[in-house]
Amino acid sequence: MKPVYFDNNATTQVAAEVLDVMLPYFLEFYGNPSSMHTFGGQVGQKIRLAREQVALLLGALPEEIVFTSCGTESDNSAIRSALTTRPEKRHIVISRVEHPAIRALCSHLSLQGYKITELPVDKNGNLDLENLEKNLTPDTAIVSLMWGNNETGVLFPVEAAARMAHEKGILFHTDAVQATGKIPINMKNNVIDMLSISGHKLHAPKGIGVLYVRRGTKFSPFLIGGHQEKERRGGTENTPGIIGLGKACELAAQNMDKENSSVNRLRDKLERELLKKIPQSRVNGDIQNRLPNTTNISFEYVEGEAILLMMNELGICASSGSACTSGSLQPSHVLRAMGVPFTMAHGSIRFSLSVYNTEEEVDFVIEKMPAIIERLREMSPFWKESGQACRKQ
Amino acid sequence: MWEYTDKVKEHFLNPRNVGEIENPDGVAEVGSLACGDALKLTFKLDENKRIKDAKFKTFGCASAIASSSALTEIIKGMTVDEALKVSNQDIAQYLGGLPDEKMHCSVLGKQALEKAVENYRGAPAMEDGAKIICECFGVTDREIERAIRENNLATLEDVTNYTKAGGGCGGCHDAIAQIIERVKAEPKADTKPRLTNLQKIRMIEETIDREIRPSLRQDGGDVDIIDIIGNRVLVATRGACATCKAADITLKHFVEHRLRELVSPDITVEEVSK
Repeated sequence: MKPVYFDNNATTQVAAEVLDVMLPYFLEFYGNPSSMHTFGGQVGQKIRLAREQVALLLGALPEEIVFTSCGTESDNSAIRSALTTRPEKRHIVISRVEHPAIRALCSHLSLQGYKITELPVDKNGNLDLENLEKNLTPDTAIVSLMWGNNETGVLFPVEAAARMAHEKGILFHTDAVQATGKIPINMKNNVIDMLSISGHKLHAPKGIGVLYVRRGTKFSPFLIGGHQEKERRGGTENTPGIIGLGKACELAAQNMDKENSSVNRLRDKLERELLKKIPQSRVNGDIQNRLPNTTNISFEYVEGEAILLMMNELGICASSGSACTSGSLQPSHVLRAMGVPFTMAHGSIRFSLSVYNTEEEVDFVIEKMPAIIERLREMSPFWKESGQACRKQ
Repeated sequence: MWEYTDKVKEHFLNPRNVGEIENPDGVAEVGSLACGDALKLTFKLDENKRIKDAKFKTFGCASAIASSSALTEIIKGMTVDEALKVSNQDIAQYLGGLPDEKMHCSVLGKQALEKAVENYRGAPAMEDGAKIICECFGVTDREIERAIRENNLATLEDVTNYTKAGGGCGGCHDAIAQIIERVKAEPKADTKPRLTNLQKIRMIEETIDREIRPSLRQDGGDVDIIDIIGNRVLVATRGACATCKAADITLKHFVEHRLRELVSPDITVEEVSK
C-alpha cells in the first residue's frame, strides 16, 4: 500500500530528478573534489554548480553558501560562530517555539554561563517585535528566530527582526529549514546574517544542509579540519548530497508557484473539511500568516498517538504534538507556548503536504478522519460529559 | 515510533469491554485530561462475589487503551481480593510487554482497579467530587477551594500562584473567579458547635455503628474502637479486615473519611495491634 504521506515537515520524498543527478556520484564519479587529478577535480565543478543553484533559490551569492550535514549542524554552527567571534557578549535571544536544534543548544549554553532570553508568542503563535526590541541589550551576541514554525507553519517577521537587531549591532540568524522552498526568500532584500537549510525538507536526501553566511560576516567554523568550504566547514564534501541539493533547489524555485497555489489549496480544503466534519476541532496557529503546506488541528478529548496509530492502519502518515508521541510527559513546547489547553494539545495532529500530494489523497483523509476521531471519542471518558457541558454554554 | 507488540496493537484496534456498566458494584476514575491519560473503570459482581463484568473508558495513547482492555479481560471471573493482586507487570505481561516509557499506562490500570475496589468497599465514587477546572494544569475545583480557604486567597492571581490553575490558556479564569466568590460567601468553617469529649466519643461510636460497620460487614469485616484520645481514634480490625492487605486503605479512605465528614475534620484513625 502506498502511504498517504502528509508528514512533509518531518521529511520529504527525494525527487526523482534529484536522485537521477546524484546516482553517478556513487559508482562512477566517486573522486574527491580536493584531488589534483581530473577524476576528482571534475566533481568540484559539479559542486560549484550546486552552490550556484542553492544561491539562486535564496537570492544569495554562491560564496555565501556553506554546505553542512544537516539543519541542526547549520544552527549549531551559526550560534557558536556568533559567540566565538563576539567573545565579550554573553546573551542570546531566541523564541519559545524554536526547533530543538536551537533550544537544546541554548539550554546547554546557559549551563556555561550564557544568558538566554526566550521570547513568548501569542495564542496564534505570532511574535511581538516590540517585545524583541525590549530584550536586545549591549550584551546580546545573536538573535536566532525561525522563519517558519515546523509544528504550526506560523511565520515570524524575521526580515524586520533582523533589521532591528542590526540597528543595535547584533547578529541575526534564522532557521529557515521549513520555509525554504515553500515561500520566496531573497537575501538581497534583507539583512539576515546567517540562515539554515536542511536538504531533506525540500526533496533532497537526508544528511545534507546549508548554512548561508552573508558576505562580510565574521565566521568561525564549528567543524575544524581541512580547507573545504573555504575553511568554514572541515570534512570531505558529501558530493552526491550536495549535487542532489543543488537540483532540489532548482526544482523548488520551479515549484514555488505550485507550492503557493495548488498545495496551498489542498491544505485549505483538508483543513476546511475536517473542521466542518469533526465537532470540537480547531486549528492551532495563525491561519493567515503561515506556510502554505501546513495545518495543525486539535481534536478535543482524544489523544494524538492513538489518532496517529489509527491513521497508520489506513496508511495515512502525519505527526502529533501529544505528550505520548514525544516520550515526555508534556505536550509540544510550541503548543504550550501558545497557551493551547492541554485537552487540545494532546489531540493535535499536524498535516504537512508537498507538491507530490494529490486531491484524491486529501479526499481520502477527509473521508477517513471523522470515523477515527469518533471511535476514539466513544472510548474517551470525557467525551459525553463535555458534549453536554458545551451545549449548556 | 513505539515498538508495540502485536498483542498491544490488537487490543488497541479491537479493545474488549469498552463502555460503562450501569449500576456498577465498583467504579473509579483515575488520571486526568491534562495528564494525557485517564481511565474510568466499572465492574459488577455475580452472586458468588466474582467479577462478572468489567468495562472501561480510556482517554490516552494506544498502550493506555490496550492496558485498559487487558485489565478488564484479566479481572473477569476473579474475586475482588484476587483482582487486587493483579499487578501492573501482570497487565504488561498479558500484552507481551510494553515499551519502558509506556509502563505508566499499566500503572494507571492498576490504580483504577485499586480505586474501584475501594469504591466497592464503601469509598464514595466521586471521591472529593472533584472536577477539573484548569485543564492546562489539571487542577480541580476542590484543590482550588482548599487553597482559597487555607490561604485566604482573594484574587485570581493568588490562585494561580498557589495552585498553577489559570496559568495556562486562561480559559478557566471566569470559573476560578466564581469559585473565589463562592468560597468567600461560605460561612466560616468553625460554625459547627464545639463538641465536648464525651459528645465526640458518642458521635464517633454512633457514626461507626450506623455508617461504617454495615458496609464492612458486607465484606465479612469489622472494626472495634479500642480507645479515643482527643482526635485520635484507635481501632482494631476484625474478620476479613484483619487479614486484608487493603485494610489500611479502607481505614484511611473510608473510615477516617466518614468520621471527618460527619464528626470532626481533625479526626485521625489509627490501627492498633489486634
